[in-house]
Amino acid sequence: MSSWPLLSLVTFLPLLGVALILILRGDEAATTRNARWIALWTSLVVMALSFVLWADFDTNSANFQFVEQGVWLPGLHIAYHMGIDGISLFFVLLSTILTPICVVASWTAITRRVKEYMIAFLVLETFMVGIFCALDFIIFYMFFEGVLIPMFLIIGVWGHGRRVYAAFKFFLYTLLGSVVMLLAILAIYFQTGTTDIVTALNHNFPPALQTWLWLAFFASFAVKVPMWPVHTWLPDAHVEAPTAGSVILAGILLKLGGYGFIRFSLPMLPDASALFAPLIYTLSVVAIIYTSLVALAQQDMKKLIAYSSVAHMGFVTIGIFTGTPEGMQGAMIQMLSHGIVSAALFLCVGVVYDRLHTLEIARYGGLVHNMPKYAFVFMLFTLASMGLPGTSGFVGEFLSMIGAFKINTWVAFLGTTGTILSACYMLYLYRRIIFGTITHDDLRAMLDLNRREVAIFAPMIAIVLWMGIYPSSFLHPMQPAITHIIQHIEAARQTAPDTSLASR
Amino acid sequence: MAILAVFLPLLGAVVAGFFGRVIGDRGAQVVTCSCLGVAAICGLLVFNDIAVWHHTAIVPVFTWIDAGQLKIAWALKLDALSAVMLAMVTVVSFVIHVYSIGYMAGDPSIPRFMSYLSLFTFFMLMLVTSSNFVQLFFGWEGVGLCSYLLVGFWYDRPRANAAAIKAFVVNRIGDFGFSVGIFAVYYLFGTLDFGPVFGGAAGMAGKTMVFLGMHVDALTVTCILLFIGAMGKSAQIGLHVWLPDAMEGPTPVSALIHAATMVTAGVFMVARLSPMFEYAPIALNTVTVVGGTTALFAATVGIAQNDIKRVIAYSTCSQLGYMFFAAGVSAYQASIFHLMTHAFFKALLFLSAGSVIHAMSGEQDMRKMGGLGRLIPITYVVMWIGSLALAGIPPFAGYFSKDMILEAAYASGSEVGEYAFVLGCFAAFLTALYSWRLLFLTFHGEPRADHETLHHVHESPKVMLIPLYVLSAGALVMGALGYHWLVGAGAKEFWGNAIVVLPQHAGIAGAERVPVWVSTLPLVAGLIGIAVAWYAYIRRPSVPGETARAFEPIYLFLLNKWYFDEIYNFIFVRPAFWVARLLWRRGDGTVIDGFGPDGVSEVTGDLSVRASRLQSGYVFQYAFAMVIGVAIFVSWFLFWRST
Repeated sequence: MSSWPLLSLVTFLPLLGVALILILRGDEAATTRNARWIALWTSLVVMALSFVLWADFDTNSANFQFVEQGVWLPGLHIAYHMGIDGISLFFVLLSTILTPICVVASWTAITRRVKEYMIAFLVLETFMVGIFCALDFIIFYMFFEGVLIPMFLIIGVWGHGRRVYAAFKFFLYTLLGSVVMLLAILAIYFQTGTTDIVTALNHNFPPALQTWLWLAFFASFAVKVPMWPVHTWLPDAHVEAPTAGSVILAGILLKLGGYGFIRFSLPMLPDASALFAPLIYTLSVVAIIYTSLVALAQQDMKKLIAYSSVAHMGFVTIGIFTGTPEGMQGAMIQMLSHGIVSAALFLCVGVVYDRLHTLEIARYGGLVHNMPKYAFVFMLFTLASMGLPGTSGFVGEFLSMIGAFKINTWVAFLGTTGTILSACYMLYLYRRIIFGTITHDDLRAMLDLNRREVAIFAPMIAIVLWMGIYPSSFLHPMQPAITHIIQHIEAARQTAPDTSLASR
Repeated sequence: MAILAVFLPLLGAVVAGFFGRVIGDRGAQVVTCSCLGVAAICGLLVFNDIAVWHHTAIVPVFTWIDAGQLKIAWALKLDALSAVMLAMVTVVSFVIHVYSIGYMAGDPSIPRFMSYLSLFTFFMLMLVTSSNFVQLFFGWEGVGLCSYLLVGFWYDRPRANAAAIKAFVVNRIGDFGFSVGIFAVYYLFGTLDFGPVFGGAAGMAGKTMVFLGMHVDALTVTCILLFIGAMGKSAQIGLHVWLPDAMEGPTPVSALIHAATMVTAGVFMVARLSPMFEYAPIALNTVTVVGGTTALFAATVGIAQNDIKRVIAYSTCSQLGYMFFAAGVSAYQASIFHLMTHAFFKALLFLSAGSVIHAMSGEQDMRKMGGLGRLIPITYVVMWIGSLALAGIPPFAGYFSKDMILEAAYASGSEVGEYAFVLGCFAAFLTALYSWRLLFLTFHGEPRADHETLHHVHESPKVMLIPLYVLSAGALVMGALGYHWLVGAGAKEFWGNAIVVLPQHAGIAGAERVPVWVSTLPLVAGLIGIAVAWYAYIRRPSVPGETARAFEPIYLFLLNKWYFDEIYNFIFVRPAFWVARLLWRRGDGTVIDGFGPDGVSEVTGDLSVRASRLQSGYVFQYAFAMVIGVAIFVSWFLFWRST
């Protein structure tokens, strides 16, 4: 198995599916049906391959594994370099698990341009997996930017209402951040003479340059996370995106920022990270409290969950920049957990949207009467979103806050208030949608989850509980990589003892 | 054995919850009750094992969290403290499961109800048997969840939904303190296992740490933070507001969760953490003052309420105050003793109240009852037993435990101990007063209900009465039975290492040396309370109305529960929504979007219009315009981000 270019297979196999869909011929109904099935089977095969990655992954090693290196532009020292470690492994898995779920979730909801829609999702999968596997800045950047294109189209073509406004807002925000990152990548190239990420990770950048590089990366990643105050694209993008678009947006795209911080900012620019950690803490704490309060006032389901995402990602950024093993592992779990939980919450919204075609909370109420299965599923993910112990959300929040307390008690104190607020807005949402009496006739006519929908939610419930009850399966493989980063920071700290994380 | 006791309720909950429709109402009842029955037997066997043979142990289940130095396992800690709780919780829960069969008959969602009850029991058992802070927190939040689900069980009622959310959110506020406390423990000790933390507590005494920018005594702050969690769960003053509202839930829920088990979790926590609290005297004093204040506060509110369940709810709140100040004066054993006796007689009171409500076709207002004594005699008798136990009249259970607590408070010799003693004695008077007010209003005098309701008044079925007998037996003998082991001569041997009391703290040992007047005062106060109630509600029924009119401001103050809800609404709830809308519309809308993307797009749109006027066809002019645009973007971005 090891002789196979497994990573490239996982990354580019979806494109084979794209090719198959492209050569589909025949009448409209047949191509539509075939496009769906091809997309589903392709994504399932990719998912199966990614499980092979997990099974073959050496959990005791901090090195990049499944490494593939090919000559690409030798004169410029740019190479095709792929590999994963304990950090990227789970993001790859998250991407490959969410894609088939998205395909199934769109099975009946999308009736227009199905072929193109499925193509967009498969291309998206290639880009997403590519981002997490890339070990060369140029490849990384290509995937990182490339991912915007299918997402832009998914929102702009298959979205609702003000989709064009939302698509452009999303595109501008994220692209502007990325342009600055490109400058940083160029600076790194001139500094190290190569675009190889592994080389750059072990390079000692001078402190002044670190500051600039850090800010440039920050501009890009902060938008992606999103951190307050550059979060306003998210609610709009979510509201207008189709359900599956929201799933990918919340599940994967928001993780790009956190991944970037943990992959590049922290190990490559340790001094600057220490310097700017208070900025991150401040913005994150503001994000947690501010957006939680804003979520409380929402009248639109998707906006509420979108704002809650910003608050949850605040825990991630705090955890990462604590530079403690607990905090960073907590941030990782929080990202994975949020990837599943918020994706599932958007799917929950999608279930009722498919039936009633409105996102307005006030239009719902009393759904527990005719949709008990739905009420259970929604309750479970509501609890996970609130961080109830036993669900994945708790492990992430708890670990990142316990890490934060070591560094700064104010951050932990204020950050933990987020757990009170999340209970307020999630239970308030749940009550308005699920509990009470049914007042509208069209609500009474709504049917409970069908088999397809149960098949979507069942694996997600399993993952949420698994991650909450036995998170060791996830914590263990990422531990060496995280320890490696922390050792790397500590080594750098010894060369520059004046700025250290611990002194704060 | 212990694993069976803990996980059987979970099994019952899962079966009843997911296969409720397959096995039907009866099936769900049989499955959950038999699971609980076996669990109760296991619980008693475990108790026997530990009480008699002292087989304390930590039963590991599997690893939970392993990150950095943090290692947390799912494990069951079995010692005297958890054994008492394990036996008590399984037995009371089993009894209430059986009672629910009768009480909930005719409800459309019986499997769901039984499933929630069993799930609650599981979380409660996880809580009491935890061997580390995080599993304690797991059970803690889990019982909170079940409380939320059960308070809001009748989800069609807006009041039940509101009460459920309130219960959860107020508990979360307490849990906020709890979790920050856990972070502090980890910061100080580098572990969250009870064993090493308790072992290291002595060495941590007097150490300081920086918390929120202040240099503070490490253990004191940690213990107070943890205690905030206990205040939320155990409805102590300030965070008690959810408990009376939680009475919207079905009565068996009130008996199990909001009287016998969940609300006592805070007391259990303080007792469990006695090795830490002992080295934090200021924290102990805080516990004493909060407990003493709550004991009196809740009792004063209790005498003015008209809803039968709310009276008992405030009574619970008040009794929890007793347990806390007992713990605060290092008489942890007495507080657990009272916890145990209270579980029996308060569950009994609630279930009898449920029986009354059942008989009255759902009526809960005592002003519309009266004269029920002849119609439902069995309920009347068991209610008397419960009240006698609650008021601390010998030889009923409450007498032994409550006396012990007040004596220990007096014996502690500290100012806060005396404070608690005085307030506790006065609260004992009020306890008797509101208990007999309840009895007289409900069962004596002329019936005030309408004809239709009175016609339907009937004694409850056997399946509800037998649980009442069991609990009555508990309320009768538990005090005399447990006295020797829990607080008497055998206490030292019984508790072993489960509870730590420093030699300089008197604790229960001091209670033996108090003067006679101290040990008789609570009893006298109780008897006076009964006499006053008799005078005011039987002899001269016009007295309460006249008193209320004469002291109207005080009466209104008590009737409206010291206006806590109104104040909280005014300070927290409404401003929160107001700020939320402000941040959303103004913060996100006007400021961020206005100066951010929307503003920029307006500006660039403007620029492009101008640029299009410049369409001259010359490439260098286009390039020039582009450069300017990019420069504006970049500089704006850099400037904005770096500030």
